[in-house]
Order: sequence, then structure tokens, then C-alpha cells
Amino acid sequence: MDIASANQDVAEYNLPSVGDYFSLLKPRVMSLVVFTAFIGLLVAPGEIHPVIGFTAILCIAVAAGASGCLNMWYEADLDAKMQRTADRPIPAGRIDRQSALHFGVALSVASVLIMGLTVNIIAAILLSVTILFYVVIYTMWLKRRTAQNIVIGGASGAFPPMIAWAAVTGNVSIESIVLFTIIFMWTPPHFWALSLFSCKDYAKAGIPMLPVVKGELYTKKQIMLYTLAMVLVSFLPIYFGFAGMVYAASAALLGGMFIWLSYALLSDKKSVEENSGSAKKVFFFSIFYLFTLFAVLGLENLLDRVI
Amino acid sequence: MPLHEEHKKRAGRNYALAAILSGLVILFFVITLVKLGVI
Repeated sequence: MDIASANQDVAEYNLPSVGDYFSLLKPRVMSLVVFTAFIGLLVAPGEIHPVIGFTAILCIAVAAGASGCLNMWYEADLDAKMQRTADRPIPAGRIDRQSALHFGVALSVASVLIMGLTVNIIAAILLSVTILFYVVIYTMWLKRRTAQNIVIGGASGAFPPMIAWAAVTGNVSIESIVLFTIIFMWTPPHFWALSLFSCKDYAKAGIPMLPVVKGELYTKKQIMLYTLAMVLVSFLPIYFGFAGMVYAASAALLGGMFIWLSYALLSDKKSVEENSGSAKKVFFFSIFYLFTLFAVLGLENLLDRVI
Repeated sequence: MPLHEEHKKRAGRNYALAAILSGLVILFFVITLVKLGVI
């Protein structure tokens, strides 16, 4: 082979970079997962050695990344059809599907094994359930079949604080189920707000998101209902005694704002195509809401221990 | 892809892999010390 043809081969071979592999892990989703898991670790009763705690969070982060990677591997065809996801490494041709599959499986197995060997078996079981739930139940089964995809599939995103709790206590208690329920109820309004202003994209890809199947008004009503339910659930930590007055005030204030924004979305007579502002406000506020609510819960517990 | 670009990407991947493996070695060593009650 002469140098010219060798250079031609190199030119045609698109080598993925470290950044491409990193973006397969959905780092933004991972940050929310790591944060809620960290709060679960902080709020759980009992002591955990900081090194073991760090390992538990690392395993949760890697497992979340692996789930995102396997999701991208399976959904490469859908991602290519949607403007929002067309530049992801697989549809953009920067990484081949086979490499993504190997990367995702390797990280999944490694995270569960390390969790089981170094933290405890309950946390490892919950971690494997989370990965399987996200990849098999949500990605492979529900997402292309039902408008309730993110309601049921949302459970996978709600597991991290429960896993962290199990890492500290070695079991699943009612308090960890409460943390799970808050995120579980938060997921539908969050994703339905996104799907409202990305409706065309989802319709083009043939994904049966709620606004595509049932229309905008129905989706707005469902966002309102789930927001009300979520705000009620957000007060359960006070009832079960692992949150105090600062958390109560924050949950009331943040919950009130969330309800107000959801109501503004519901009463907005313009279609989202004409005015996507109210849907975007709900979407971005939902992220702020969850971060702040969990941050207050964590800080309050931390202060209680220190003082 | 130009040859120097490919070399740059390959070097980046090698460094990342080296950092991850070194990190894991250190983590497992520290976990062992924790489990043995040394720290």
C-alpha cells in the first residue's frame, strides 16, 4: 500500500474522541442523578465511610451513564430523525453502534460488580434493577409503544436516592420510598413540558409522547394534575420526620411556584407552536425545583447533624 | 481525517484510559485499606 492510499484510508476512518464517548453517558442527566443520590446518602440515617460513600456515588453515576449509552445505542434510528438528538455521536456517525453497545454493557457490569463488592448487595441489586428498568422496560418496551412511557419509565430516574440510602443502611425503608416517589411524580410534568415544545420532533420520529397522541390540552391538564400530586408528595418527608421547617417552607414556596407555572401553561390559550414560553418555563423550573428541594433537604439534615 | 488529528484523538483516548485505570487502582487500594480498618 502506498502512502497516498494509506492517507486516504485514514481520511475515511473517523476515530471517536474521548468527548464523543463522554457524551454517550448523557452527562446532564448524570448530574441530576448524582446530585439526588448524594442527598439520599446525606439524609440516610447511620454512618458510611467517606471512601465507601464516594464509591457508591461513583457506581450510581457510571450506571446512569451506562444506561444513557445503551439508550443511545438502541435509539440511534430515532435520534437521527429528531433535531434535538441528531448530533449525538451515533446518529452523527462519530461512534458506531457496536462500540456504544460494548461501552454501555462494560460500564453497567463494572458499576454493579463494584457496588456489590465494595458497598453492599442490596445497593447492587437496586442498581442493576435501575439499569434494566431504564434500558429494557423504558427504552426497548414502553417508549415506542405507549403515551404513558415516561410515567412508568420515570421510575428508573427515581431510584438513585433509594440506592444511596441502601448503600448507607443496607435496606429499603419508607423514607427512601418517599424520596423515590417525589422524583417519580416529578418526572411526568418535567418530560411532558419538554415534549410539548419538541412535539414536532417526537411526531416526526414516531414516538407516542402524550402531546403527539392526545394533544396539547390533554397534556397540559395532565401536567397540572401531576404537579398537584407531586407537591402533595413533597410534604411527606415532614410527615415521616426526616425534614424540618426550612424544608417545609421551601417545599411550599417551590411547590406554589410550580403549580402557578403549570396553571399558567394550562390557561395559555395559544398553541405551543405559537408560544412555547410557558412550556419552557415549566420545563426549566422543574429542573430548578428538584435541585433546590433536594439541596434544602440535604442541607437541613447536614445542619441538624453538625449543630 | 488528517493524520495529525487522528494521532491527537488516539493520544487523548490513551491518556483518558490511563487516567481511569490509575484512578481505579488507587480507589481499590484505598477501599482495601478501609475494609481492613487501616483508615
